[in-house]
Amino acid sequence: MSERVFVEGNEAISRGATAAGCQAFFGYPITPQNEITEWFAREFPKMGRVFVQSQSELGSVNMLYGAVSAVRAMTSTSGPGFSLMQEGISSMANAELPGVIVDVQRGGPGSGTIRTAQQDFFQCTRGGGHGDYRTIVLAPASSQECCDLTQLAFYLADKYRNPVIILSDAIIGRLREIVNIETIDFGPLPYKDWAIRGKAKQKDGKRRTVDHSADLYHRDPNFVSFLIRLGKKIEQMQKSELRYENYKTEDAKLILVAYGYTSRVAKEAVNMARAEGTKAGLIRPITVWPFPYEVIREKVRQGCKFLVVEDSLGQMIDDVLFAAEGRAAVHFVGIADRHIPTDGGMILPDKVFEKIKEIQ
Amino acid sequence: MSQEAKVVTRKKVAGKPSLLTPNVAGFAYCPGCQEVLAARLIAEVIEELQMEGNTIGVFGIGCSSFLILRLDIDAIIGPHGRPPDIATGIKRVYPENLVFSIEGDGGLISIGGESLLGVLTRSEKITVIMLNNAVYGTTGGQMAPTTLVGQVTSTSPKGREIAATGFPVHAAEMIATFKGVAYSARGALISPVTYKKTKGYIKTAFQKQLDNIGLSYVEILSACPTNWHLSPVDSLKWIEEKMIAEFPLGEFKNVDKIE
Repeated sequence: MSERVFVEGNEAISRGATAAGCQAFFGYPITPQNEITEWFAREFPKMGRVFVQSQSELGSVNMLYGAVSAVRAMTSTSGPGFSLMQEGISSMANAELPGVIVDVQRGGPGSGTIRTAQQDFFQCTRGGGHGDYRTIVLAPASSQECCDLTQLAFYLADKYRNPVIILSDAIIGRLREIVNIETIDFGPLPYKDWAIRGKAKQKDGKRRTVDHSADLYHRDPNFVSFLIRLGKKIEQMQKSELRYENYKTEDAKLILVAYGYTSRVAKEAVNMARAEGTKAGLIRPITVWPFPYEVIREKVRQGCKFLVVEDSLGQMIDDVLFAAEGRAAVHFVGIADRHIPTDGGMILPDKVFEKIKEIQ
Repeated sequence: MSQEAKVVTRKKVAGKPSLLTPNVAGFAYCPGCQEVLAARLIAEVIEELQMEGNTIGVFGIGCSSFLILRLDIDAIIGPHGRPPDIATGIKRVYPENLVFSIEGDGGLISIGGESLLGVLTRSEKITVIMLNNAVYGTTGGQMAPTTLVGQVTSTSPKGREIAATGFPVHAAEMIATFKGVAYSARGALISPVTYKKTKGYIKTAFQKQLDNIGLSYVEILSACPTNWHLSPVDSLKWIEEKMIAEFPLGEFKNVDKIE
């Protein structure tokens, strides 16, 4: 399957999921992700795949819980809905279910604004739900990445039997670009022997169970032995699944750090700075969890300064500060620096460039 | 004394359903708990319908989750109150399978109310079973939506007062009002007659699903002697005298076609 199309990030996510073999989608209307849910409502029935408009995001995430006990499936939402999904995501982490959840960020807290922002970083990377779990979080910065990282999300979810989150935002979601839709082969995965099929369809004729409590019929002898195994899985994800982009960082003295839409803004600002002879570069986390701490630390050791560009009051900056360990200056361009200081504003390259000139 | 043995051929007239597994967890239900009776009925019906290999059960949180230990079928346990959503997810993927959810009254009509409303609205082709014991069981007998007026629980120590906590919810009657519902019934397990009738309700409900007519619902009044602070025998009397007066038994909807 290969197709060249001119689509928004939101549609690219839907097409990526389809290419990855997603069999079921559950969604509830919320801006700015409606294009995803509407795409599945339109296209999935034609393909004989499952689409359900849920009664709420609680419904979406729990329908997902049921469906991913059997097949590849996905749900999509934005901030407030993502908050409602946390119990379900935490439960999937315990039940070791490979759900894929898309969060197209809008502004918060509360209902906030339906327009863009990058304020769900903490919730996505620090669990959000209760208990010791982590999820791989993929942050696309283009329509092409929306398609490709969605496919990767399904692969990683199956590989680790753990939920994977796609952290997009309203700008990336509505940005129209040319995308090559192609099924990506990430390599073989083991047969899903654990999946629910009905006893009659299992090779051994025995039943399968899915449970998110260590008290009853769990795969592990007890709660702590389960957690120790989960901890090893988290370690393995940190070791093997880190993804990031280095842009002109080799000789850079000033390192910008940004993900999602602001990484494109930061890239433009790096080019503006370079044109004036300032050695600036960009580290763009593609996985915001696991986070590229060591990549940043290496630049700290080289004596670089840092500038975090993030459309919030400052969330990812905590991870950069953690990586810097107090040994490097970490500056910030955030939501207060939008070109117009309202929900209709956004961070533009000029503002970032101004800050670069100020701190260098 | 004669040494000749007489060969007698016996016909098996009753027995333990093969889907009912032995107690494997090293703990049992409280004495007099009727959940395991409900499990037995469900196992018998699945066997009679010859759906042993194609049934998926979705169990609630609390005592109903123990069913994962007793029923030898594919099983999913998820968050509190969400079995109808989970059943929706798995049934849509496997429309040919028999999918049912079973949980308590707190799970289905308190925390899971919006989940229930969702499946009723969409007329999901699943079977929803509720064990109504008028309290929260596992957590220690707190007040539930089904708690009777005046009933003493750990969170209604003076008895349920209508001014502050309202009236018991009649789920079977309410569910019957939804157009997408094919079947709604309430049974009990206090005598051979009620036991047999309740089994019939479960069988009809499963058959409605297999015939793809609409959502089917069965409510079972279920004794909880521990949290009622009654003996098992007195618990059955309490169901007969108090609960059935509030929650009448019978079928509230039974249709073969929904238009």
